Amino acid sequence: MSQTDTAIRKSKSSQRLYALTWRLPIIVWQVLFFVGPLLFLIAMSFFLVKNYRMHEAFEMVNWQKMFSRDYFRDSYFFTLGLAIGATVLCSVIAFPAAFALSFKVSANTRRWALFFLIIPFFTSYLVRTFSWYVILAESGVVNSLLQFIGLGPFTMLNTVFGTMVGYLTLTLPLVIVLQTFSMSQIDKSYIEAAYNLGCGRIRTITSVIIPLAKTGLVIGAVFCFILAFGDFVSPYYLGGSKPPTLSILIIDTTKSGQQWPRAAVVAIVMMLTLFTVAFASIAYAYRKRQR
Amino acid sequence: MNSERISSWILKGYLVLIFLFVFAPIIASVVFSFNSQRFPTIPLGSFSLEWYEKIFNDADIWTAARTSVIVAICTSILSTCIGFATAYTDYRYQFRFKGVFLALALLPPTVPLIILALAMLAWFSKIGISGQISSIIFAHTVLCTPFAMAIIRLRLSQMDENLEAAAWNLGASQWATMRTVIIPFTRPAIIASLCLTAAVSFDEFAVAWFVSGLNKTIPVVILEIVQGNIDPQVNAIGTLVFVISMTLVIIAQVLIMTSQKRDSIN
Repeated sequence: MSQTDTAIRKSKSSQRLYALTWRLPIIVWQVLFFVGPLLFLIAMSFFLVKNYRMHEAFEMVNWQKMFSRDYFRDSYFFTLGLAIGATVLCSVIAFPAAFALSFKVSANTRRWALFFLIIPFFTSYLVRTFSWYVILAESGVVNSLLQFIGLGPFTMLNTVFGTMVGYLTLTLPLVIVLQTFSMSQIDKSYIEAAYNLGCGRIRTITSVIIPLAKTGLVIGAVFCFILAFGDFVSPYYLGGSKPPTLSILIIDTTKSGQQWPRAAVVAIVMMLTLFTVAFASIAYAYRKRQR
Repeated sequence: MNSERISSWILKGYLVLIFLFVFAPIIASVVFSFNSQRFPTIPLGSFSLEWYEKIFNDADIWTAARTSVIVAICTSILSTCIGFATAYTDYRYQFRFKGVFLALALLPPTVPLIILALAMLAWFSKIGISGQISSIIFAHTVLCTPFAMAIIRLRLSQMDENLEAAAWNLGASQWATMRTVIIPFTRPAIIASLCLTAAVSFDEFAVAWFVSGLNKTIPVVILEIVQGNIDPQVNAIGTLVFVISMTLVIIAQVLIMTSQKRDSIN
């Protein structure tokens, strides 16, 4: 009796050991290297900097300083505007492509197309941006081509146009993939039913396909917003950093000014914005359709 | 019917344009890396290996390449192990706060890299591990684990739920079942995850730039070259990095696709 008891207890504790072996690594790792840093970031925003050295303290001075600066407010709304612009542009440009991949090509072509769209995600974004820099330059490929037909040269670098090209390079493949995932799962009979009931092509898209694919469309848009809002490469190299976006502000404040606490304030404001946008959109995406 | 066909062709043409846009920078970078011009444009200059010779003779780039390879290998092993453990926990167990557990595991990709970079730089200096190769590995593992977890979790969901229980009933211990049933079944996903996480780590520059100190990786070197001037060396480095990343990604994709196909035949 007692022997089986110990056997059961032993197997219970070995069960627990087994379960913990698989459960603990991520918890330990993320607490040490993910949650730890983010919490410290929040604490750091209240620290003081004296003679280029950081002192642990609890002062509001960094928050007050940053919020009283015009450049911070300008930079905030500029970044927000760019990210919203990129999200709208990217979603609109991606939609016909995802539509074509979902309904106009064979399943095999779709698989290969998605395969090729995933590739850029694993290649250097930095090198691709540098490539655009050369292509879009005053004497670059695009302007040379335009010259043949007697146009240009156009200034594309250091403009919002340049920034958008960079953002799209970063986000377009991902957004097309996400949109295609949700659209290709739509039951084709709904679409045929809409046609049979006399829906035109446009009407079918707006009142059948878009509502059914809403979740994927919104999640694609959210990812696009997150990526564009946090990116510093495109607005810096292609947009000329006029004015600097929030992420460029973080780099400048950290690297040259040694003002880590103020950079932390910018970072926290960015995080709050992203969380608000992400939660609101995802709540919207999963909300049941009301009739 | 005719207008249907026209719209279908327009959409396919549009698709081709999109792919051109997506791949234009990659193709341009490869072409320009073999081009003699200091400022590459059309019409192209002559064929030249000048930029490759330059980078092959640059000691800094070799050092950076070594750092990058060490970081990528360590990161891929660590994040695949942690990702496997997390994916298995999600597959096998139900428990309280599982939502929080999964959020903890999957949130990193939603935080902008520059914010993580700043937070990790400050935290690593606080606990005294900043500016080393290991700091880049710790940081990259956080970024790569969600990918590893997703790939392995996908594979686990293709496994017959009764397989594990059958092994237990036949007398295998949990550990033996893990070793002889679950790990062999997920092996293609494990290898795919090793490749993909290595590729992600190999290309990451924002966090590496902040936490690496003097131990620059290849992308950090690129970032510094780009900040200075137009230098076609970047195209040569970029092309080599692209070939390495592509090899890893293709191996991963082929493994994932063929393992799915084999299952559906069995």
